[in-house]
Amino acid sequence: MDYIVEMNNIRKEFPGIVACDDIDFQVKKGEIHALLGENGAGKSTLMNILFGLYQPDSGSIVLRGKKTNIANPNIANDLGIGMVHQHFKLVHNFTVTENIILGLEPTRALMVDTRSASSRIRELSKRYNLNVNPDAKIEDVSVGMQQRVEIIKMLYRDAEILIFDEPTAVLTPQEVQELTKIMHSLIDEGKTIILITHKLREIMSIADRCTVIRWGKVIGTVSVSETSEEKLAEMMVGRKVIFDLDKKEARPKEEILSLEKLTVNGKDGGHGLKSFSLGVKCGEIVGLAGVDGNGQSELIEAVIGLRKPDGGKILLHGEDISNLSIRERIEKGVAHIPEDRHKHGLVLDYTVQENFILKNYYQPPFSARGLLNWDTIYEHAERVIKDFDVRSGQGVEASARSLSGGNQQKAIVGREIDGNPDLLVAVQPTRGLDVGAIEYIHQRLLEQRDQGKAVLLISLELDEILDLSDRIAVIYNGELVGIVDADETDENEIGLMMAGGKRGAAV
Amino acid sequence: MKTKVRVKKDFYMSFFAILLGLLAGAVLMAVTGNNPFEGFFYLFRGGLMNIERIGNTLATATPLIFAGLSVAFAFKTGLFNIGGAGQMLIGGLCATAIGLTFDLPKPILLTMIVFGSLIGGALWASLPGLLKARFNVHEVVSTIMMNWIAYWVIYYIVPQYFKGPFLETESQRIPEAASLKVPWLTELFNGSYINLGIFLAIIFVVISSLILERTTLGYELKAVGYNRDAAEAAGINVNRNIVLSMAIAGALAGLGGATFYVGFASNMQIGVLPSQGFDGIAVALLGANSPWGVFAAAVFFGLLHTGKGFMNAMTAIPPEVADTIIATIIYFAATSVLIERNWDKIKKINFAALLNRGKKDSLKAGSGGEQ
Amino acid sequence: MVDLIYQLFPYAIAFTIPLLLTSLGGLFSERSGVINIGLEGLMLMGMFVGAFTISQTEAANPGTAVWIGLLSAAVFGAIFALLHAFACVTLNANQVISGIAINMIASAVTVYLARFLTGSGNVQIIRGLSRQTIPLLSDIPVLGRLFFTQSYATTWLVLFILAAATFLLYKTKFGLRLRACGEHPHAADSAGVNVYLMRYMAVIISGACAGLGGAIFIVTLSGEFNGTAAGLGFLALAALIFGQWKPWGILAATFFFGFASTIANVSQVIPTLAQIPGIYLKTFPYVVTLIALVLSSKSSQAPKAIGEPYDKGKR
Repeated sequence: MDYIVEMNNIRKEFPGIVACDDIDFQVKKGEIHALLGENGAGKSTLMNILFGLYQPDSGSIVLRGKKTNIANPNIANDLGIGMVHQHFKLVHNFTVTENIILGLEPTRALMVDTRSASSRIRELSKRYNLNVNPDAKIEDVSVGMQQRVEIIKMLYRDAEILIFDEPTAVLTPQEVQELTKIMHSLIDEGKTIILITHKLREIMSIADRCTVIRWGKVIGTVSVSETSEEKLAEMMVGRKVIFDLDKKEARPKEEILSLEKLTVNGKDGGHGLKSFSLGVKCGEIVGLAGVDGNGQSELIEAVIGLRKPDGGKILLHGEDISNLSIRERIEKGVAHIPEDRHKHGLVLDYTVQENFILKNYYQPPFSARGLLNWDTIYEHAERVIKDFDVRSGQGVEASARSLSGGNQQKAIVGREIDGNPDLLVAVQPTRGLDVGAIEYIHQRLLEQRDQGKAVLLISLELDEILDLSDRIAVIYNGELVGIVDADETDENEIGLMMAGGKRGAAV
Repeated sequence: MKTKVRVKKDFYMSFFAILLGLLAGAVLMAVTGNNPFEGFFYLFRGGLMNIERIGNTLATATPLIFAGLSVAFAFKTGLFNIGGAGQMLIGGLCATAIGLTFDLPKPILLTMIVFGSLIGGALWASLPGLLKARFNVHEVVSTIMMNWIAYWVIYYIVPQYFKGPFLETESQRIPEAASLKVPWLTELFNGSYINLGIFLAIIFVVISSLILERTTLGYELKAVGYNRDAAEAAGINVNRNIVLSMAIAGALAGLGGATFYVGFASNMQIGVLPSQGFDGIAVALLGANSPWGVFAAAVFFGLLHTGKGFMNAMTAIPPEVADTIIATIIYFAATSVLIERNWDKIKKINFAALLNRGKKDSLKAGSGGEQ
Repeated sequence: MVDLIYQLFPYAIAFTIPLLLTSLGGLFSERSGVINIGLEGLMLMGMFVGAFTISQTEAANPGTAVWIGLLSAAVFGAIFALLHAFACVTLNANQVISGIAINMIASAVTVYLARFLTGSGNVQIIRGLSRQTIPLLSDIPVLGRLFFTQSYATTWLVLFILAAATFLLYKTKFGLRLRACGEHPHAADSAGVNVYLMRYMAVIISGACAGLGGAIFIVTLSGEFNGTAAGLGFLALAALIFGQWKPWGILAATFFFGFASTIANVSQVIPTLAQIPGIYLKTFPYVVTLIALVLSSKSSQAPKAIGEPYDKGKR
């Protein structure tokens, strides 16, 4: 009876995939229960069912010992279930108050009574130490603040069971610490928290118990105090995970990319890039660590050519390329694995073979005098999918859309590396992939380095940066905090630098 | 293999849209007390019953082919060209102006007309293209505005410079040398409206198809259309392609205007936006944005438009039923999701089995009746 | 010059009012996230239903026929708009194409019915709405003569609707929810707002407004249905954009456009205005809208989720 939530035999199928395969999941009142799994394991689907956004194909939900049918989010709200989604559900040009009361507006004389609502929000904010200004517009407040608005939204609805979907992905390390504090104060007030995540360390530091899901099935529920990161990883992936890569000694040569006091104005009120200087040598991987939104995208766009810098220089082989077009930079040997493979990497409605020539279709042998040479394009594509182990049901004539995420990413990596670039800018190259694909792509990046190419790796995953890089540059607020050798640093130091602390400042 | 599935699906969707369009027409005929079967009989007969009518069907289809190609071409680059009507007007104005201004041998004059209308339409449409590329102004809104600007430009320019002898509301007739009609073709089709425009249309169907499938230009345009961001990141000049695509779309519509105003007709009326500009959207949708699909859809609409007068003469049904059918087809083409969503079910329907079961059911019903 | 303004003013107002109402209709639809290019067709439907109802009833009820006609135009406009709502909301159709289809269906079906019902494509009414001078208020200097002399009752009705619409959109929970659907439908949905229902209501309101707008045009200015709305619906759409999706912006834009169109219409008969070529006056609304689009390209107030079909599954 001490379970507040019991989900029994939950099954949910989407066309071609079983997202939840008879899942059993129980949460005790007053605990922080982590739900762990790889991307696509089915954890978000399960929670969307609990929140009423999806209906299960079969199975039952028992809340506080009572069997319930949660047909929509309204019912979930009434039952005291709240959810903070990974992508916040906030209307950008509404005030904090308007966003919180949306759907539950108190009215007086036909009008929405924002005054009484905002005083209640102020109260809640004080009680949980959330420090939210009810009259601010969402577009004017920070991401961390938006998350707290989402938390108040749940509290305003008297939610007792709070679901957090990957809440730390967008936060700075301090904000994560603050969030942890908030979560504990919520527990003290009698709430129950379900935390969806794929970060092992987070679970170890925050959660009481953890349920691991793989391929839509529950692998097990363990008490966090009785397990370790290694054990959880093994449960999540299904085999022993080798945390150490086979990494040879780096042999860096001459500097190929030099950023000299590069300045890019921020967009949408972002920080931009302020007088940023960094060099990348042939034969090394330089990792750029930092919390999302600290100037990384401006840096990438400036190097690739999507944006003109507002000051400073970008030198490639000693030549200033900051005024060259994207195509000219590609021709000079800059390759790019973009952060968002669907947005910037692939033309999903083009076939695999058409995607392989996206950057050089206009050059021989793929075309001559403006006419495409389909035979050559086909042969080229056949070779690349073999070389890079891209698995496609219908070969090179399948549309890119029909490939799995891992294979789409391998296709991009294949296209970029096959062009034999001097500099590879890899942005979050393994985001959303399963462990197998991650290992494969990490190997190919190291291989590039060992062949004497330069790699600039930008990632939000600190582990990825630490594992692959030879040197690590840390960016905060658009500025370079410092550069450290990967061998001589650790997570704690990088973490402090990511929060803007200079090296050696903290002991 | 994939493409085959796609084509089959597109075909079914167009087929269902037409079916529902005809159904809507039938309902309209029925509620106004007419016999739909009779109506359809005369509607199709009117477009096909003799060589002259067939000629008229093709002549009516000609500007529709161009308008449809224009929408389809822009659509491949991810742009929605609603400005076909305005671009046709400008193309027609250029053609009419050239025809009324120069006194030259027919081959030279026609060449000038073709290029004049093509350039006129291209320039008119490249403005929305530029606004989209440079300022990200949505082309749907800007082409609508351009339509009405063209409408009023024609409204004031034609009476001022090319006023007809009788009416304020139309231009002078163009001389025979400036007409796309040629005696041998008119005679071949027994005095029909058919003109050289249909050959131009076929040539441009082929050219469009080649550009889209075989050239690096087509590859770029489609890449921009499918995924503007990825195309840009791969070094393709997106803005240039947007302007180019709109210019090509405008050129096609402008040519369509020429085939209408100095081919099908012989003068320009003011105060009318040519309906082909909007019908062209239906043509492109029905033809699944492929050049030959556009051709087929335009001929079908040409048939409806040609037959409606005959139907009106033979029955009490107002001719606008044809326009209703076309409008309904657009509506259902827009809602093709209905079919998309149920595509898997439709695919599974085994028509032979369905027929057999139908027979069985009727047998059962029959035997039930006997008991 | 002053006399000229006094002379033109009633016409400019009369021209502005149907535009304003139609544009307000578009405001509801677009603020809920549904593009409404079908305003022209919805207006035309209102014109036809209004003209037809009045022509059928005015012999029997000369006093009330006009109002019955206006009411039925609004009702049929709303019903006809259901077609757009069904396509855009339930079927996730492309909203632009659906709007075009609405325009084409309206122009085909109304003329078809007009021919069937009256023999010709036109429907005439004998008596439209009469102008009234409001006692007392019309004695106010300048304003009295501009606004309260020779004005139509519908003008006051529409101005009341404008005030009510503003109140509804910005002060009530209906308005808050409707705007949320146009900016971030997933946020609205997860807060328990029925996005589909809100959008249906918004599109139906837009149909009622546009239908009524069309009928007002018939009873005040044109006096007959002749198979076309002559681009008024598109002008209303331009005003909606030029007014940056805000009620008072729309009022200013429609008045601006109404005045320009009036000047163009009468410029032939008034010597002072004949010097301005009509082409400039008539193209003016569209050109300034294009310019406004360029100028606002950096900070457009267009609803964020406009044109996106809302699909629960895609999140």
